[in-house]
Amino acid sequence: MNVIQESAGSAATSERMLRANPLRRLLVRPETGAVAGSIAVWVFFAIVAGDSGFLTLLGVKDYLSVTAELTIQAVPVALLMIGGEFDLSVGSIVGTCGMIIAILSTKYNWNIWASIVAALLFSVLIGVLNGYLVLRTRLPSFIVTLGTAYILLGTTTGLTSLLTGLTQVGGLDQASGYNSAKAIFARLISIGGGAFPVEIIWALALVVLATWLLLRTTFGNWIFGVGGDAQAVRNVGVPVARVKILLFIGTAVCSCLLAIIQAVTFTGADVLRGQGNEFTAIVSAVVGGVLLTGGYGSAIGSMFGALVFGIVEEGIVFAGVDANWYKAFIGVILLLAVLLNSYVRKLAMEARR
Amino acid sequence: MSSQEIVPAVTPAVPLIEVQHVSKYFGSVIALQDVSMSVYAGEVMCLLGDNGAGKSTLIKILSGVHQPSEGRYLVNGKEVHFSSPREALNAGIATVYQDLAMIPLMGISRNFFLGSEPTKGWGPFSRYDAAFADRVTREELAKIGIRLRDAAQPIGTLSGGERQAVAIARAVYFGAKVLILDEPTAALGVKEAGIVLRYIAQARARGLGVIFITHNVHHAYPIGDRFTLLNRGRCSGTFTKFEVSREEVVAMMAGGDELEVLGHELAEFAYTDQIAAAQLAEAAHEFAEEAVEFHEVEKQPDSEQERNT
Repeated sequence: MNVIQESAGSAATSERMLRANPLRRLLVRPETGAVAGSIAVWVFFAIVAGDSGFLTLLGVKDYLSVTAELTIQAVPVALLMIGGEFDLSVGSIVGTCGMIIAILSTKYNWNIWASIVAALLFSVLIGVLNGYLVLRTRLPSFIVTLGTAYILLGTTTGLTSLLTGLTQVGGLDQASGYNSAKAIFARLISIGGGAFPVEIIWALALVVLATWLLLRTTFGNWIFGVGGDAQAVRNVGVPVARVKILLFIGTAVCSCLLAIIQAVTFTGADVLRGQGNEFTAIVSAVVGGVLLTGGYGSAIGSMFGALVFGIVEEGIVFAGVDANWYKAFIGVILLLAVLLNSYVRKLAMEARR
Repeated sequence: MSSQEIVPAVTPAVPLIEVQHVSKYFGSVIALQDVSMSVYAGEVMCLLGDNGAGKSTLIKILSGVHQPSEGRYLVNGKEVHFSSPREALNAGIATVYQDLAMIPLMGISRNFFLGSEPTKGWGPFSRYDAAFADRVTREELAKIGIRLRDAAQPIGTLSGGERQAVAIARAVYFGAKVLILDEPTAALGVKEAGIVLRYIAQARARGLGVIFITHNVHHAYPIGDRFTLLNRGRCSGTFTKFEVSREEVVAMMAGGDELEVLGHELAEFAYTDQIAAAQLAEAAHEFAEEAVEFHEVEKQPDSEQERNT
């Protein structure tokens, strides 16, 4: 037996050594594709639309604020997808929560902060409901949350027109507490002569929080685990149901945050606001390196995924191209990003050779 | 048909875990009947049996997934009733299943500590201690001969045998006294299986009791100290290595009579094969002759045509 062990030792040393290759380690990170994509589209529009305002502070502000709004939903959706689930109700939650705030504060004269708390509590409830339904029925979350999305949209539209006779509610700036809410959610911050909306700070804070959660906490390890192999991590004692329900709460609460920002910024709500966000959030996450089957991805990558969206959406306007081309452009980028990401993952798994 | 209880002279008197005359029924199906086995500290007990012999049922009883319908389960000589795998784990009985419970794209150290993550800091500021996890993982794997430069590389970059070894190292690190290994070499090539067998030997050297489940006698025999044979849900005996040869183990596992019948059948096949081969050769020869004839025939019409034109 000694002989066997000795040979094991020597064979192990030679075979198990990794070649340290910093470039490769950088390449195999999940966010690599999205960062490269962001740079590529930025350079493209800097060339195409550089002299028509894309490079001005106004241009920067435009694509950064689009990016920020996308990021606020893309980051929690990325976390949920890493945890192996989808949430297609995030778009409808924006409409519903915005309407809760607008109706409570304009029709029932609630202080805006009270309406905001009510909307946040409601979003927590929706998150719990989504998570509970998915875990209880064992149906794909894709279908379950599509169901809640339609229920929310339909109920919100129905109730809003029942209460106000319209599907849009304005006049939120007349509500008590509006000014303090505006200072938190919708103020403009001047940096270098340009006025940037505060939602950019919210988005960055969310990215930092999500990254810290994913990489520096036990809970983050569990997120990767439940998405990678739920049965396996259950066997080692990870509370799979709790992790997934918390992730669903995360997507719902962040959607509510976006609803608050938009309601305060536009001083009102529209039942259709947020529709389609469920897909842009998923696309941002996927462009940002999140694996559709779960277990892999990053929050920073998702932010860059959203940045690709933001640059393309605003860049096309600056380039003077018909904005209808925007979706075609996004489709091409999505396909390229997915191809690149799957190649990066292949590299990661072959890192030893 | 109860098993002979043979205690080797070298092992201590009280086994780490022991089952006495356990049976397990699923409805009217008898999965396991009157099986007894034990494992002592510092020995490898091989649980051998063909597919459907009841190996899986027995390890599920040992690991706390199932409760025996009859019989006693003793840990350190005291009777226990586990109601979940977690309870068995807390008692130091770790089971490494074939699928290994690992996330391929996750780092090695994160996989190692999955479900038992080390933290530093307090309350809401408590955070995953990546440095500690990486260091311990590197140390524990170095003990079994896997040297990592980067403990954060995806575990999918390791080979099947190495992953199996990581799973074993993880169980040992988290205080396992008994290791139950479910077919750890089944999906592995010869060299890989050798790596895993080596780690089993190391675990034994550290004083663990190992239950090694396999249907591959060639993997079991070199490493095993004792062999318990299961056959159709019953125990056909426990033997020390001194008592049986490899061939005897094979014979007992499959049922000696059946093997003899199989031997005859194979001889028969070989005989019919010979006949078939002869027939084939004859056919080939005929075909070759025909081909030559055809070739000649084909040439003739050509020359006829030439004449006609």
